[in-house]
Amino acid sequence: MSDSATIMSERDAPPARPARRARSLSLSWAGLIPFFLFSAMFLGLPLAFLAFGSIADNKTGAPTLDNYAALSTQSVATAFRNSIEVSLVTAIVGGIFGFLLAVAVILGRLPRILRSALMTFSGVASNFAGIPLALAFTYTLSTTGFLTVLLNGVGVHLYSGSFTIFSKLGIEIVYLYFQFPLMVLIIAPAIDGLKPEWREAAENMGATGFQYWRRIALPILTPTLLGSMILLFGNSFGAQATAYQLTAGQVSLVPLAIGNQISGDVLHNVGLGYAMAMGMVAVMGISIIGYTLLQRRSERWLRS
Amino acid sequence: MIEERNEPAGDTPNAARVASVTVAARRERRSFGSLWAWIIFLIGVLYFTVPLIATFAVSMRAKPAFAAYTNSFADPRFLSSLLYSFVIGLITVALSIALIVPTAYWVRLRAPRLRPIVEFVTLLPFVIPPVVLVFGLIRAYSRPPLPFTNTDIGSSALLVFAYIVLSLPYMYRSVDSGLRAIDIRTLTEAAQSMGAGWFTILVRIILPNLRVALLSGAFLSLAIVIGEFTMAVYLARPAFGPYLQLLGANRAYEPAAVSLISFGVTWLAMIAIAMLGRGSRTRIQVGGAH
Amino acid sequence: MTFLELTGVQKRFGDVAAVEDFNLAAERGEFVSFLGPSGCGKTTTLRMIAGFELPTHGSIVIDDVDVTHRPPNQRNVGMVFQSYALFPNMTVAGNIGFGLRVRKRPSAQIAKRVSELLALIHLEDRGNRYPYQLSGGQQQRVALARALAFEPQVLLLDEPLSALDAKIRIVLRKEIRAIQRQLGITTVYVTHDQEEALSLSDRVVVMSEGRIEQIGAPADIYNFPATPFVASFVGTLNLIAANVIDTGTGRLSVDGQEVRSAKPITEGRAGGTVTIAIRPESIELGEGGGANRLRGTVEDASFLGSIVRVRVRLADSQTSVSLDTFNDPNLSPPGIDEAVTLSFPPEACLVIGSGPAPVVDVVAGA
Repeated sequence: MSDSATIMSERDAPPARPARRARSLSLSWAGLIPFFLFSAMFLGLPLAFLAFGSIADNKTGAPTLDNYAALSTQSVATAFRNSIEVSLVTAIVGGIFGFLLAVAVILGRLPRILRSALMTFSGVASNFAGIPLALAFTYTLSTTGFLTVLLNGVGVHLYSGSFTIFSKLGIEIVYLYFQFPLMVLIIAPAIDGLKPEWREAAENMGATGFQYWRRIALPILTPTLLGSMILLFGNSFGAQATAYQLTAGQVSLVPLAIGNQISGDVLHNVGLGYAMAMGMVAVMGISIIGYTLLQRRSERWLRS
Repeated sequence: MIEERNEPAGDTPNAARVASVTVAARRERRSFGSLWAWIIFLIGVLYFTVPLIATFAVSMRAKPAFAAYTNSFADPRFLSSLLYSFVIGLITVALSIALIVPTAYWVRLRAPRLRPIVEFVTLLPFVIPPVVLVFGLIRAYSRPPLPFTNTDIGSSALLVFAYIVLSLPYMYRSVDSGLRAIDIRTLTEAAQSMGAGWFTILVRIILPNLRVALLSGAFLSLAIVIGEFTMAVYLARPAFGPYLQLLGANRAYEPAAVSLISFGVTWLAMIAIAMLGRGSRTRIQVGGAH
Repeated sequence: MTFLELTGVQKRFGDVAAVEDFNLAAERGEFVSFLGPSGCGKTTTLRMIAGFELPTHGSIVIDDVDVTHRPPNQRNVGMVFQSYALFPNMTVAGNIGFGLRVRKRPSAQIAKRVSELLALIHLEDRGNRYPYQLSGGQQQRVALARALAFEPQVLLLDEPLSALDAKIRIVLRKEIRAIQRQLGITTVYVTHDQEEALSLSDRVVVMSEGRIEQIGAPADIYNFPATPFVASFVGTLNLIAANVIDTGTGRLSVDGQEVRSAKPITEGRAGGTVTIAIRPESIELGEGGGANRLRGTVEDASFLGSIVRVRVRLADSQTSVSLDTFNDPNLSPPGIDEAVTLSFPPEACLVIGSGPAPVVDVVAGA
């Protein structure tokens, strides 16, 4: 205890007397009171309701684990399965193509202006989720959509098979619209962090471009790539308005299911909703921890 | 990038010019197979622009041309809901800044050990689905001692608090990276030696130096607020998100026009921030889905 | 026998000439430094030898093979970067062995070579460390070992020591030179630090604004600078304006006082002005330093440790002359406004060009 206190107080308290040191430690809490108070009231309280509600019986309020047991029912399992599948697909596809896009624009000798254009556009597009996005893709790929009609004219009939934009596949296609930009924005600093000297040193020692990427650049980028894809996973998992607008709730996803259970008029099970929400918290929590750990690792390397 | 050292002797204008040209050329000279890069880039451009073109095409189907746009503006609810969301957004941003800047500043300067805890708290909003958050808030604050939901003002206030929570991660990260780029310890000590108190330091010294970070965090928060739907609906607020959904359900062409407008305005604001931030070392913050 | 030859090498970026008409013939095993200020083209030339820049004109030949247009990964030269550029995802051993792995040598051979090099740079027990765990000096040694591991024909170093402390710099540069001698590898060393260049090299190439000012052994560069730039960049120097009295006998007039240079004057005609250069260490206080005399008053005396640098204003003018005397604890330095006589031999009076002297009178080297 004294060691860490010493280290910390060396940095933030003026050097010297123990009495001074002790006082500055307790004062260090004081400045953060507004923040913690706010968080407790408007973040902690709902979270507490969530946690307690998930173990409470709907009618009596008595503690029970039934809600968690109900997680294994078909409908809930389907919701989780769909959400995980959609998130996994959009995280991987979004991660890979987003990475390629970022590399193309940063290292691909394209005109510099394209890089800033892509970055600003990504800033906008990564947030362009929800109703407008769903509408935009409806206008593009519905049976009478712009692209559908265009392709029909060329002889490619999208709707001759079982394809429809109002499906899980459709959700995945649509989600990519904010997953690609998110990946570009997250990975761009890491690509910038690849020092050109590394490539030159590798070439100097006889490596081809491919060998450089395989042995140096990709290994260095891997923690950030993985971490970013995990973030993309979490981002996709938590999205709901887009999917709702697109499929009117026909494809069951976890956030939508939670909403149904908590607020639906008929056949709703609040406790189950809370239990599902806790499940979602677990999924998101794990992805954030994974992302943070991988970020730390890559920072350590790139710092040298 | 490694720059060549500047020496007192021998630095002529030409030497400086050569040095900068050489360094710039070195930066440019990354061989990667340009054709490959162009292909990827064009695929990306296609994917991103086709839906926008489709939206535009639909918006133009209203007769006469641009009727969808004029109708949108003519609808009083469009402007009122947009205004409402915008005002809510501004209040959210102002309160966020007032809450987060002192907090981040304090954590950096006086309580580095509490940093992991604070960062953890700021990541929590990622983890809770908005629908759960809003329900928790309603349950907590629909009865005494703090019956927010009983009044319009109260509900709007609750919405603001909810939005502050929602934008917490972005705002905090933005401010934190902005603080990291300036040496706040030295600035604070200099100000203190000249007699300034905490409030003066924050308002006159720290805030002005965080211009870009604050702008980018503020912009992102604003974008989140204006586009948000779930919480506004459950709190029965006349915000832009619910309006858009209503529009999408009832009208054919106006939603397309409105979507395009909001996209365009967002992009313009983004460009404005990027230009303002040129030369600054803070990075524009990244958004997410909702 | 010439091993590394650059002929007529030129590099232009747009309309800016970074390197112009560079000619050098280096022997096998020779240690050559490129010395000059920032932007003089020394690093650009080095990068052309390595293959990271393509010359606009001219040729580069290594061991009778024209490599001018070869890509950098086919040249077999080893480069040590200013920022070390160690691969952060590999251990020290991994970094050193990279060149051999790329050449598909068997792993047993690689391991053996790596431990040889670790011994050479005295880091035998650090093979499994990662770059971020090493100090700057250690990283630099690993960078050197990495460049030598695959036995390149030429070793290139781009200001390798500029990021290190002064003391470590001195230790490391001696180590680099010792290793270079031991291996007998032709080496090109780029630096802006003239002390480094002079102490390490067999020959020094002094560059300015893309051109070679002078090539020669360190002593020649220092004692017989060919151009005003070399004279001012290498070592410290007094540059003084003087009027030519008589070219044949080398008589000049400095502020009305006559001095003589050892050789006939070719840089100007009688009645014209030239610039003369005198090294501070060649001047003595008092009359014992040589045949030339100058009178003046002491302006300043700076104590620099082992040396006392005295600045003297000449009789009735703006000109000041600096001289260095060894610090003698038993003698007090001259006082301000004291009238003194300076003396120096005619050999120390170098005439290096016509026209008025630059405003600065003592120009410090880097």
